[in-house]
Amino acid sequence: VKHLISIEDLDREAIERIVAQAQRFAEVSDREIKKVPALRGRMVLNLFYEASTRTRSSFELAAKRLSADVVNFAASGSSVEKGESLKDTILTLGAHKPDAIVIRTPWAGAAELVSGWTSAAIVNAGDGKHEHPTQALLDVYTLIRRIGTLDDANIWIVGDVAHSRVARSNILAFQKMGAKVTVAGPPTLIPRGIEAMGCAVRYTLDDLSDADVVYALRMQKERMTEAWVPSMREYATFYQVNGRRLGSRQVLMHPGPVNRGVELSGEVVDSPQAVITAQVEAGVVVRMAVLYELLAGARAPEPAPTDLEPQPA
Amino acid sequence: MTDLVQGPSVPADLLIRDVHVLDPREGIDARHDVRVREGQVAEIGTAGSLQADTAEIVEGEGRHLVPGFVDPHVHLRVPGQEHKEDLDTGTRAAAAGGFVAVLGMPNTDPVVDSAPILRSLRDAAAREARIPVGFLASITRGLAGEELTEMGELRVEGAMGFTDDGKPVVSAGMLRKALQYQRLAGGVLALHEEDPSLSGKGVMHEGEISALLGVAGIPSVSESTMIARDAAIAGYEEGRIHIQHLSARESIDVVRAAKAAGVQITCEASPHHLLLTHDDVRSLETRFKMNPPLRTEEDRVALVEALRDGTIDCVATDHAPHARDEKEVPFEQAPMGTTGLETSFAALHTDLVGPGILPLETLLLRMTEGAALFDLPVPRIAKDQPANLALLDLDAVWIAGEHGWESRSDNCCFTGRRMRGRVVMTVAAGAVAFRERAFTVVGA
Repeated sequence: VKHLISIEDLDREAIERIVAQAQRFAEVSDREIKKVPALRGRMVLNLFYEASTRTRSSFELAAKRLSADVVNFAASGSSVEKGESLKDTILTLGAHKPDAIVIRTPWAGAAELVSGWTSAAIVNAGDGKHEHPTQALLDVYTLIRRIGTLDDANIWIVGDVAHSRVARSNILAFQKMGAKVTVAGPPTLIPRGIEAMGCAVRYTLDDLSDADVVYALRMQKERMTEAWVPSMREYATFYQVNGRRLGSRQVLMHPGPVNRGVELSGEVVDSPQAVITAQVEAGVVVRMAVLYELLAGARAPEPAPTDLEPQPA
Repeated sequence: MTDLVQGPSVPADLLIRDVHVLDPREGIDARHDVRVREGQVAEIGTAGSLQADTAEIVEGEGRHLVPGFVDPHVHLRVPGQEHKEDLDTGTRAAAAGGFVAVLGMPNTDPVVDSAPILRSLRDAAAREARIPVGFLASITRGLAGEELTEMGELRVEGAMGFTDDGKPVVSAGMLRKALQYQRLAGGVLALHEEDPSLSGKGVMHEGEISALLGVAGIPSVSESTMIARDAAIAGYEEGRIHIQHLSARESIDVVRAAKAAGVQITCEASPHHLLLTHDDVRSLETRFKMNPPLRTEEDRVALVEALRDGTIDCVATDHAPHARDEKEVPFEQAPMGTTGLETSFAALHTDLVGPGILPLETLLLRMTEGAALFDLPVPRIAKDQPANLALLDLDAVWIAGEHGWESRSDNCCFTGRRMRGRVVMTVAAGAVAFRERAFTVVGA
């Protein structure tokens, strides 16, 4: 694998390889000294055209734990605001010879486009409403740790599917791992034609008890001003995952940040069914595994023993 | 009738010898010698019968001589957007595609919405255009949809018709006024049909592919409902409308019904809508971003059938050049449009005539009929008619774009496709407007 742009580019074997690698790195994370020299001397560039604290810091931490050099480049306050095109930004930053560029933009296909302008490995950290593949991988990792296998699991993705890159990457990833996916939400927020991705579509949560896993999406306030739903109150009435709707044997996931009282009630966020903080934790080790796969994986499918030795202080 | 304009040209003195002349309107389908002199087809004789006394002799070598094509929908980008195209490069591209007349759209900067702007544009064309061109003026000032342009005065100044192309006339009342005013001004109203409240922020066809890509879609009903509305108003006012770039099968049904009801309605389809689908957009390559968007295979097949049966009156390229830096951006940010003049015939010949889906004669009719819809003479190959000819090598195989383009822009959706059939020479209004570079010329 040269780039990670879409879950479509990965087969089940590649996903399992990344998950297994992430598990090895998780063991490292439990040590006192969490840093390994696997990517020493390599450079990872974080290029973010959208505000993001969580994803960016998760990538930064992952790269640093692998001893890579990290440069953060935020679009605001930079040459981008002076009118530099995406292409020129990539060509300019490419002069610093990054080994990997982690890129988030508000535009579908931008990560793919950028991969043609640089020799660096591209990691898509979100391209518009298209995909967010590392989120899907960390969700698969989290679920495997929790329920063992995704084969034949019923997973419901609930909420604003139309505007969610997380939903699209997860529909693809969960299905590749053998799960059956249902998307549910207001008819205005379920894109026409989404069934072609292989998922079922529901407009109510009446059968939510069928789900082994409930994956709630973030409901953004601007969806109301754009008249996608009549009111947040009505949205919560019909689509909020709460104690009444969530069963004790179900697993609850959310990509964060949570709007308590909108898509999730406070009680379920704090319930034992919720694995939301485990998802955040998984983010670092899965992103370590992705960077390792792209930058070192071709040379050494398994980490050399010395790669995992603690760094001398 | 309003005339087309073109730059200075030298009338050809030409004998095309032993060429397969094919003009379905004239009922000619045989090998002939054709003499072009003083702007006209001076003589047509059986092959080998005409005396070789012209300045130039072109050996037909089994190639086809057909009436030159007419495109009623191109964007020449003058005034104001000359970094995309200008009158010289745009008409060179047209000539290279076998076109002998094109009609430019008014969505320029400034918009062609007043007589002085139209006059200066026609003056520029009289200096620079390689083939005859005409221009449509806008229906509303600045394409804002709020006030009618001075349609009467624009018509006197040479407007071939009126359009707000690039945008719909959103207000039904505004369209009705334009149709009423058409009784004074004349000129067809060419309509870009789209309901902005349905299109929203859409950038491609709404369907399975847009769902997968997570980009906002433009539903087919955005187009078809507006056509239905406007056909009803045109019928009520007994006005003449021409529907631009049909893309959806629902739209075809509406046009068919309106024609059957006696509405004066005509329509066009573009090569890209006849040959490509939203599957091509999966790559999110910006050369496949156009408005209306590429739709489904069912829509495409319905368009081809409508072109065949005449519901779609003519082919129009909607040639829409954009500079490379404007298209080298993420899909959602890119401007809409593809170039098309240099590939129109070849692409349709390759994919529709080649496999036997559309007779060559029908394609030739549809590539010239646009003239009649705008009250222009349709090119014919007949003695004493203006010489508007395209010489075609139907067996030539080439890769679109491999030798660059005559157009200033290279945003062609057919780039890299294998084409069968090529324009080797174009005679527009009696002058040689295009000649394939490797063309063999035998001096007399």
